[in-house]
Amino acid sequence: MTGTRIVPIVMPKWGLSMKEGKLTGWLLQDGSRINVGDAILEVETDKIAGALEASDAGILRRRVGEDNTVYPVKALLGVIADPAVPDQEIDAYIAAYVTPAAGVDDEDQVPQYEFADTPAGRLRYAKRGSGGETVILIHGFGGDLDNWLFNIDALAEKAAVYALDLPGHGQSVKALANPGLAAMTAALNGFLDKLGVASAHLVGHSMGGAIAMQMALDHPAKVKSLTLICSSGLGPDIGNYVENFIAAQGRKDMKQVLETLFADKSLVSRQLVDDVMKYKRLDGVDALLKSLNAALFGGGRQHDAPGGKLTGKLPPALVIWGKSDEVIPVAHAHNLPGADVHILENAGHMVFMEKAGDVNALIRKHIAA
Amino acid sequence: MARNITMRQALNEAIDQEMTRDPNVILMGEDIAGGQGGEGELDAWGGPLGVTKGLYHKHPGRVLDTPLSESAFIGAAIGAAVSGMRPIAELMFIDFMGVCFDQIFNQAAKFKYMFGGKAETPVVIRAMVGAGFRAAAQHSQMLTPLFTHIPGLKVVCPSNAYDAKGLLIQSIRDNDPVIFCEHKNLYDTEADVPIESYAIPFGEANVVRDGADCTIVTYGMMVHRALDAAEALKPRVARGGVECEVIDLRTLSPIDWDTVMESVEKTGRLVCVDEAHPRCSIASDVSAMVAQECFKSLKGPIQMVTAPHTPVPFSPVLEDLYLPSAAKIAAAVKKTMLQ
Repeated sequence: MTGTRIVPIVMPKWGLSMKEGKLTGWLLQDGSRINVGDAILEVETDKIAGALEASDAGILRRRVGEDNTVYPVKALLGVIADPAVPDQEIDAYIAAYVTPAAGVDDEDQVPQYEFADTPAGRLRYAKRGSGGETVILIHGFGGDLDNWLFNIDALAEKAAVYALDLPGHGQSVKALANPGLAAMTAALNGFLDKLGVASAHLVGHSMGGAIAMQMALDHPAKVKSLTLICSSGLGPDIGNYVENFIAAQGRKDMKQVLETLFADKSLVSRQLVDDVMKYKRLDGVDALLKSLNAALFGGGRQHDAPGGKLTGKLPPALVIWGKSDEVIPVAHAHNLPGADVHILENAGHMVFMEKAGDVNALIRKHIAA
Repeated sequence: MARNITMRQALNEAIDQEMTRDPNVILMGEDIAGGQGGEGELDAWGGPLGVTKGLYHKHPGRVLDTPLSESAFIGAAIGAAVSGMRPIAELMFIDFMGVCFDQIFNQAAKFKYMFGGKAETPVVIRAMVGAGFRAAAQHSQMLTPLFTHIPGLKVVCPSNAYDAKGLLIQSIRDNDPVIFCEHKNLYDTEADVPIESYAIPFGEANVVRDGADCTIVTYGMMVHRALDAAEALKPRVARGGVECEVIDLRTLSPIDWDTVMESVEKTGRLVCVDEAHPRCSIASDVSAMVAQECFKSLKGPIQMVTAPHTPVPFSPVLEDLYLPSAAKIAAAVKKTMLQ
């Protein structure tokens, strides 16, 4: 019986490089009822802060981890169990718990990143899970596939999930002929062909959403559904984020720029800023981002409106927006007739990081439908 | 894409990529030529520790082995720089700089000023620094403070392979003379380095570890010692400790005062770690500036951890004792925390 009735809460592993994390605070008291998806406690890593969400239901019987303390990945932080489990059984479980050594886990054996040589050049991607459905995660302007660190594993429980770095981004090729929506969409199409993906559920964030919609226009047979998160391509307005991102030359400027992405500004860690600056300083990135911005958002207006062209041929579409989005107006969420629209409170442009549990649940339901 | 390479490889790659990008970039120095496929040609080591290995045949006519005369070839490099080239001169050990000091601090450093801003001197002088290599008194010094004293010179000292590549590329593209200091004990350390070229701007320190209680300011190999000390001091489960913030200055001229002061204003404590001698060092420089500008933020006396005011000993036991250790840094942190 033991082991099925007691479920450990452990320090999560968010990304390959994470070895330890700081428990910054519990969000629940001993004895609280936990439902799947509830935020249990907050964790801070050198890259990002976030809430650990429950993957099992039950009663929070014991909080083992202390606030503001650093624990290795998979260290025991708490215990969830039914009320029927006696206290001494929980004591015994805690006493017997051994934190697994890093690197012995199956997931660590999977290569974190792979590369595909496509007509647009070499593109980096990550693949998780397997199963009937295929999901493609497409990041936004200046982003990369690691933006999906809170989503990729959760979505991979029942599907094959690919996240790619678009041309000019992350660790993909830093050159793109005629930068713009057409070239980006062609690059995505070439990536799907190279990997032999006949059709997939496209999940796009910001600029990635516009690319997903353009893909549905250009290659409708390859798009099973659309999930558009704070997407561009649904209206003419856009804030100063892209211009400020391009203009930022130092860490301090960039920190302020990245803070506009989040409702909770404290999520922008030094490591996040450093990683973005490392990317921005690569030769070729600055020029490509400038020409991409000129083509997509020059003059502070969105030039492409693939959303408007999808009338009558819209695949099943889910639209998710952070209510506090400072980059693209939340009103654009309602510009795609026929889509299932969800506006999430206390979240900004990076709603899929800030409200990862809610967004993952919405996407899973959307794909299963 | 990025991959794990050594600082030696990162420096070689930076020179190689810049020589490929810009035909005005040339490389000159003692024993730097050859290294691979040297049929009928000079076949040396690619420098005493192999940093320039393979470049001689890759860039024909642009890797120049020079006579053992620092005053001649450093002077020639500076002359080439004012005439439109972008020379990288390798001077082996910084200990030999004295031989060509007039060329560096009285000529190269002054041209822009003396010629009304119209003369540019885009020369990079690379040299090995630092102790711990069993190379005795004349090949082990950390002479960075000598160069930070001179207006008109930029002084760089990376602590890892990623910074080494980006800072060397910036040094080559920079239009002022740069003294680029490479710690010989860091050549084999590895880091994730992008295969693409990238430049790290001067005057931007790197906060390598966040902490709320005490700021440690350092550069070069001492960054690793400071990180070891911070790790030893960090709070663990059910035990008290000190959260140290570690700042890697990366460039000593220009120096990033903002990052240093911002950190000290947060923590109220400062430990300066410098592999150089204690008098008129980077440590004393940073300490003085913080004492002057952040006096009201300080909660305890500033501590300095440096090498002693002696030549680098030849005895291995004494040389190990000479270098600031993680234990000495941790003791300094504890000392400033107690007061």
